[in-house]
Amino acid sequence: MTLEGHDLRKYFPAARGLALGRARGVVKALDGVSVRVAEGETLGIVGESGSGKTTLARLFLLLERPTAGSLLFDGKATMSFGRGDLARYRRAVQAVFQDPYSSLNPRMRVGQIVAEPLPGDNGMNGTAVRERVGEVLQLVGLRRDSAGLYPHEFSGGQRQRIAIARALVTTPKFIVLDEPVSALDVSIRAQILNLLKGLQERLGLAYMMISHDLAAARYLATRLAVMYAGQLVETGECDALYREPLHPYTQALLSAALPLHPSARRQRIVLAGEVPNPMSPPPGCRFHPRCSHAMPQCGTVEPALRQVRPGRFTACHLY
Amino acid sequence: MGDAPPLLEVDNLQTHFFTRRGVTKAVDGVSFTLRAGETLALVGESGSGKSITCLSLVRLVPEPAGRIVGGRVLLDGEDLLRKTAAQMRRVRGKQIAMVLQDPMTSLNPGLTIGSQLGEVVRLHQGLRGAPLRGRVLEALSRLRIPGAASRLTHYQHQLSGGMRQRVSSAIAMSCTPRLLIADEPTTALDVTIQAQYLELLKEVQQATGVAVILVTHDFGIVAANADRVAVMYAGRIVEIGCTLDVFNTPAHPYTRALLRCLPDVDLKRERLVEIGGQPPDLARLPAGCPFAPRCPERQSRCDTAYPPAVAVDDAHVAHCWVALPAAARSR
Repeated sequence: MTLEGHDLRKYFPAARGLALGRARGVVKALDGVSVRVAEGETLGIVGESGSGKTTLARLFLLLERPTAGSLLFDGKATMSFGRGDLARYRRAVQAVFQDPYSSLNPRMRVGQIVAEPLPGDNGMNGTAVRERVGEVLQLVGLRRDSAGLYPHEFSGGQRQRIAIARALVTTPKFIVLDEPVSALDVSIRAQILNLLKGLQERLGLAYMMISHDLAAARYLATRLAVMYAGQLVETGECDALYREPLHPYTQALLSAALPLHPSARRQRIVLAGEVPNPMSPPPGCRFHPRCSHAMPQCGTVEPALRQVRPGRFTACHLY
Repeated sequence: MGDAPPLLEVDNLQTHFFTRRGVTKAVDGVSFTLRAGETLALVGESGSGKSITCLSLVRLVPEPAGRIVGGRVLLDGEDLLRKTAAQMRRVRGKQIAMVLQDPMTSLNPGLTIGSQLGEVVRLHQGLRGAPLRGRVLEALSRLRIPGAASRLTHYQHQLSGGMRQRVSSAIAMSCTPRLLIADEPTTALDVTIQAQYLELLKEVQQATGVAVILVTHDFGIVAANADRVAVMYAGRIVEIGCTLDVFNTPAHPYTRALLRCLPDVDLKRERLVEIGGQPPDLARLPAGCPFAPRCPERQSRCDTAYPPAVAVDDAHVAHCWVALPAAARSR
């Protein structure tokens, strides 16, 4: 099974000034992104705020419709889905969000929260549902009798486990992890990252992990996609990409991540300026105003994402 | 280092919160010193007491629930805990300045950048008119805010996150304080903007000689920016020392566990070594070492008495029954 996005675009209308309700421009949150997640792998999607990572996740969760481009599930476009296909898709593609304090309904018991993704016509009676809920709670390292408690009775790490149990209850193939450990304390992050890795090995899950935490992404991801201003700038096998980033933005991004040892100080590439305004991105390569390798053509010709090494794609005129 | 008396000396600081659930010992006997020009990082998880320690230094603990119940905070030999409210107002902003996590909430959305900065300079330095404007522009350009003059009439919503944090740092540094407390200053920023900001902070520190207390939960920031580091757990400093020493030879099992459980951008780890359990409930602290229930090296005495300070090396101290003093190790 594969999950694939082809040339995805998502433009949001933006009102400027006091022209109430009158769209005067568009924010190009996502501008031509193609990604593919295969069974059992983890695609890490990294980038800074505003790069479009979360919009991409929302498209895959069918929470937003793409402005253009298509989503393919096992080769079939989601646009042409019938009722049955849609239900099948929702069971197969689940999500875990960043903040377990806001992603769990405080008025529902854990049992109800975890059972909620099960469709109403699942053909399971109450006992079978309870059995399944108990099973996934154990899978994530919680006690079966947690089902009767409310979210406030749990700590942040345990709440994230509940959110993971909820994602697992429909036996999905893909889980979109949107910053799964960013809201957690450092000593708890390792617990959740290990849990996610263990579940993947046991259940053969594929993850799409959205993260701005480059260390966490490196731990979990097998492949990495780097985004900048709504586009992919580089994709490739995770380890190779960390060892030798090719795109100047990837180089700067990775050099800005702080290694965990004082003597491991490396050459930091400190970027000047800021991420471009998504309403009027610069022409040509969107990174060129901040790029130290910029050439004349960078300001006029948009570089295409091309394979420059086996398995490595980069959108840069240098290669 | 030199024998000059430290700029800041915190001695057995205790800040407790009195709630219906009982007494929460948010800061429970914290001691450290800081020299001019030095950066001390306070690291720890949420609830470890790092922010309350900082608020206690400037006497801004939320009252009446919270109260500083003991200890001394000596700035240049003067005990801040004995000053009157009016005296304290002259210390804050002038001698000790703060930069908070979220510039969105620490800047006033209804005032222009110029008037917010001008207010601080006017109050503490009594400047007006052209000299005031000059000092304000100088403060902004020290933090490398491009087009400083045109920013004066801007409001915070017109600035990006990184720029906002620079503006609040410009406000903090405008009266050339002796001590800057930066509480998670880059948590709300993106990595590349964080790198810009941390570089800038170092530059400003070198230019002005300000001492910095950097509160963070990110060991990467500690490794990159701090001269010394204090690791906090359950309201106490469990280990303190030079950054390099603490990273190379962590003496407290909590520090060791923390350093092992973090994913690193520099290497792919097969499996992270977890710290089991949860941080303790501060209202129901165990009798002995609060880390004991999660500690892999726990002994029976850990449950009964809080471990004394063990000097594991020069200026490297850990509170642990298992830690060995330098003298004992060399034998």
